[in-house]
Amino acid sequence: MFVATLVLTALGLLLGWLLGLAARVFAVEENPIVNEVEALLPGTQCGQCGFPGCSAAAEAMVEGNAAVNCCPPGGRALTESLAELLNIDLNSLGDAPVPQLATIDETLCTGCTKCYKACPTDAIVGATRQIHAVISKACTGCSKCKDVCPEDCISLNPEPLTLNTWHWTKPEAA
Amino acid sequence: MFGIAMRGGVHPETKKDLTAERSIIRQLPLPKRLYLPLSQHAGIESRAQVQVGDRVLKGQLVARSGGPLSANLHAPTSGTVVAIEPIIAPHPSGLPAVAIVIESDGEDQWMTLPTLDDPLALSPDELADKVEAAGIVGMGGAIFPAAVKLRQGRRFEIKTLIINGSECEPYLTCDDRLMQERAEAIIDGARMIRHIIEAFEVIIAIEDNKPDATAALKKAAAPFGMIEVRNVPTQYPMGSAKQLIQAVTGKEVPAGGRSNDIGVLVHNVGTVYAIHEALRFGRPLISRIVTVSGGCVQSPHNVEALIGTPVRDIIQACGGLNATPARLLMGGPMMGQIIPSIDSPVIKGCTGVLALTRQEVNEHVPSPCIRCSRCVDACPMGLVPLEMAKHAKVDDFDNAQQYGLRDCILCGSCAYVCPSHIPLVQFFEYAKGELKERRNSEHKQEYTKRLTEQRNERIEREKAAKLAAKKAKKKKPSRQSEAAASEPAATAQEESAES
Repeated sequence: MFVATLVLTALGLLLGWLLGLAARVFAVEENPIVNEVEALLPGTQCGQCGFPGCSAAAEAMVEGNAAVNCCPPGGRALTESLAELLNIDLNSLGDAPVPQLATIDETLCTGCTKCYKACPTDAIVGATRQIHAVISKACTGCSKCKDVCPEDCISLNPEPLTLNTWHWTKPEAA
Repeated sequence: MFGIAMRGGVHPETKKDLTAERSIIRQLPLPKRLYLPLSQHAGIESRAQVQVGDRVLKGQLVARSGGPLSANLHAPTSGTVVAIEPIIAPHPSGLPAVAIVIESDGEDQWMTLPTLDDPLALSPDELADKVEAAGIVGMGGAIFPAAVKLRQGRRFEIKTLIINGSECEPYLTCDDRLMQERAEAIIDGARMIRHIIEAFEVIIAIEDNKPDATAALKKAAAPFGMIEVRNVPTQYPMGSAKQLIQAVTGKEVPAGGRSNDIGVLVHNVGTVYAIHEALRFGRPLISRIVTVSGGCVQSPHNVEALIGTPVRDIIQACGGLNATPARLLMGGPMMGQIIPSIDSPVIKGCTGVLALTRQEVNEHVPSPCIRCSRCVDACPMGLVPLEMAKHAKVDDFDNAQQYGLRDCILCGSCAYVCPSHIPLVQFFEYAKGELKERRNSEHKQEYTKRLTEQRNERIEREKAAKLAAKKAKKKKPSRQSEAAASEPAATAQEESAES
């Protein structure tokens, strides 16, 4: 009885120590800057950057595998704050992808409800066998709706210029 | 007389003599079609209240204000609505804007106008509502709804009401002629605005290069003690509200603040006239005075044009063009905007239409900045244009803001004096546009983030609810007995609560 208790206690202590040791030796190093980057990202997990979600994109950006301007919904403002955080020269970046907006072709939509169930930002309104519509204010252009649409009636296009969004371009000279 | 009236400023050749001595042409031939863009004011588009095929009478409401900074729109003549479609907007972008197109029937038949009581006997709030209903916006070009300004004026204690008749832009004489020909109406409108905002004093400020207008208004104001007509020095941009306030009262509107903050309210004479028309006669804003001038116009004049009249028609009324203009502008030469087409319509904020010759435009190839700082001396806001442009050029908008981009009124004084002919204003327009775009994208990002979080929460809740329902199904028999046991207790509690 006494021996058994002793053996089990010793075993427990030994295994516990081993576990502790393993936690130290094989510790997964978490870069605090990754968390900071992730906090800046939109967090809608849209995947337009080519990574499965915002945290994967954040990791890739910190490791230098992804450009800081790869996030279309974030736009220029995000690019600038990320470049400052990661100390990247803005001029070294190529052209950023243009933000996209989804539109539903009303002549083809059958009202199947698949797209609005897939939308991560609830940007599509509709009901069964009613034509669906996209609220452009909430659309991040992630194309998840397009992927599930059985009628192939959703298209993604850059946001059209209107009198409200147009502004003078930068003068070329001087 | 005033000491230093304004910081900076410039003295461009006024060119007002082209039109200043000629009276306003009132009887323009009625245009066949009138084009009323739904966005002729600061806020969002107004909403059409008519359908294609509807017959409308002159003065009838055709589009209702779409939001707090939006404004009503009325039919300028009687006729039929033939389309509600995109037309080329009178805007430098050349982008389309949705407009109501009215084909006139030639009768110019008014709707029945209400018989009005003396407006000065009505309450200020009622009058502000009437100004709002009449669709009046800032006629000096700012197109900010007049009623909003009046209501703001009621919330603050306004000591001084300034009526802006300075008209500092070269070429333009629409306010000058209006003051000369309709002085009594302007004084009447000024009294009504004073009544609405309960201002202590009214000062009509006119640049000292308009002696006739000053004399006419002084004569009209004489019977009413509380209205003072005062001359201010001729200097661009005296017509800008902030500069005028400083010249008249000696007070400066704080950076990022409004004129309300220092107890002043400014209204343009054109707006005052429109308010008079609306409150005295019940006529909504359907026409305005437009200066048609420039070296390419055969016989420059001021015309009273219906809102929606194509620019081509009003130029025709002034003898047409004698040469192809090098530039077609809506507004003055300093702050006016290039319009893409001569078929664009006159809108509420259109002070003038200028068809300029190559010589008048006087375009130069820009050369590098030599840091002479003439722009700094010329800036009426006390900013540093050369530094703002330098930072805007490399997209460093934060620093551009540090040097005062936010306070820039885009008056063009800096570009006017620049010996290197740098398009400074375009740099600032670009930077302001980019900053706005950035703000919008930030807002959208926050909004979509919140939507995603809410969606995830909802999905979790639904899952939990489903699980609970499943559990409930399994335990159904026992649950029922439980419910049966608890029900009488609940009713008993209710009864006790009732008694």
